[in-house]
Amino acid sequence: MADNVTPRIRVPREAAAGEVIEIKTLISHQMESGQRRDGDGNIIPRSIINRFVCDFNGETVIDVTLEPAISTNPYFEFTATVPESGTFTFTWYDDDGSVYTDTKEITVS
Amino acid sequence: MRKVLQRTVAAMALGSIASIAMAQDDGADLVINGEIEITVRAPAPAHMGDTGIDTILSGWVFRSDETRQLEMDDFDNPAFLAVDQGIEAWNTVEGTEGKSCATCHGDVEESMAGVRAVYPRWNEEAGEVRTLAGQINDCRTNQMGADAYAYDKSDMTAMEALISVQSRGMPVNVAIDGPAADAWAQGQELYYTRFGQLELSCANCHEENYGNYIRADHLSQGQINGFPTYRLKNAGLVQTHNRFRGCIRDTRAETFAVGSPEFVALELYVASRGNGLSVEGPSVRP
Repeated sequence: MADNVTPRIRVPREAAAGEVIEIKTLISHQMESGQRRDGDGNIIPRSIINRFVCDFNGETVIDVTLEPAISTNPYFEFTATVPESGTFTFTWYDDDGSVYTDTKEITVS
Repeated sequence: MRKVLQRTVAAMALGSIASIAMAQDDGADLVINGEIEITVRAPAPAHMGDTGIDTILSGWVFRSDETRQLEMDDFDNPAFLAVDQGIEAWNTVEGTEGKSCATCHGDVEESMAGVRAVYPRWNEEAGEVRTLAGQINDCRTNQMGADAYAYDKSDMTAMEALISVQSRGMPVNVAIDGPAADAWAQGQELYYTRFGQLELSCANCHEENYGNYIRADHLSQGQINGFPTYRLKNAGLVQTHNRFRGCIRDTRAETFAVGSPEFVALELYVASRGNGLSVEGPSVRP
């Protein structure tokens, strides 16, 4: 079980119709690769975020598969074109079955 | 043809040496979130008259553009994950007295503004110089009736980071006279003492050779205005004493313990060498 998993997201509050906006996300997670051993020589089980999805008003913006080589606290920066006001939904899927979700509103003028 | 090629290679090698030599202070300024102006170079404080250093430089100056940028926006600065944890801890009631930090100190933004800038400082009641970490643990054990944090572990660095943020941009201003003078002198003594099989003092690297390479990295002036600092290689926050211990270990010496009187004295002395730079913590370093 991963401890202290907290998402951080930055989305502009406002944008012009059709504007390309920049989105930044980060989630605190240890991203244990499953390759390391503990002090007694036993393998530390893999525990990573394995998928990240961003939706806008139900439409997929980005859908990412994460692999064990991705380092601690995975950070994504990407752009999206916003045609209308609405809600971005961000979802992270953990190996342990946990799902972390957060949303951000944006107003398009 | 071959000769020409060799010459080109030689010219390229020379070119890269020249760029290394220039990779010291390019005069760039640090502004965080587009609003907090950080003083990364300042005139050396008066007590450094004999050191040959006339301008003190934040460690930020010595880092690559990529690392520098991580500190220019709090969203990109991974240390802010710890600051968030620190806020949570600030408001959490712990210990036998039923208190949180907020019970006595209220709003962290108000009560802790300027605090980081003057630590380590003399504590009259205890009759000793106290670091910020020492004061946090004193609060926890004596005011809250809670367990002390491990001196250099993540609970402590998160709280230190939270408190440091409230003083960002303010000049470091630790007192070195009066009752703190003895500890300061002890710290100075330690700074110039050669340790370990390599027989290196702090000054050998950070006073005489800052800007030069140590293995693949530039030596800084060893300023601690940016602590606690997020080190990319640790993927976590590093405490001042943790850094001291790492440095002394690298000289192949037995080190002092974190939180020991020796390191407290050294922290006071090293902090005083940064009087005039801005509080920058939590900073980002490679």
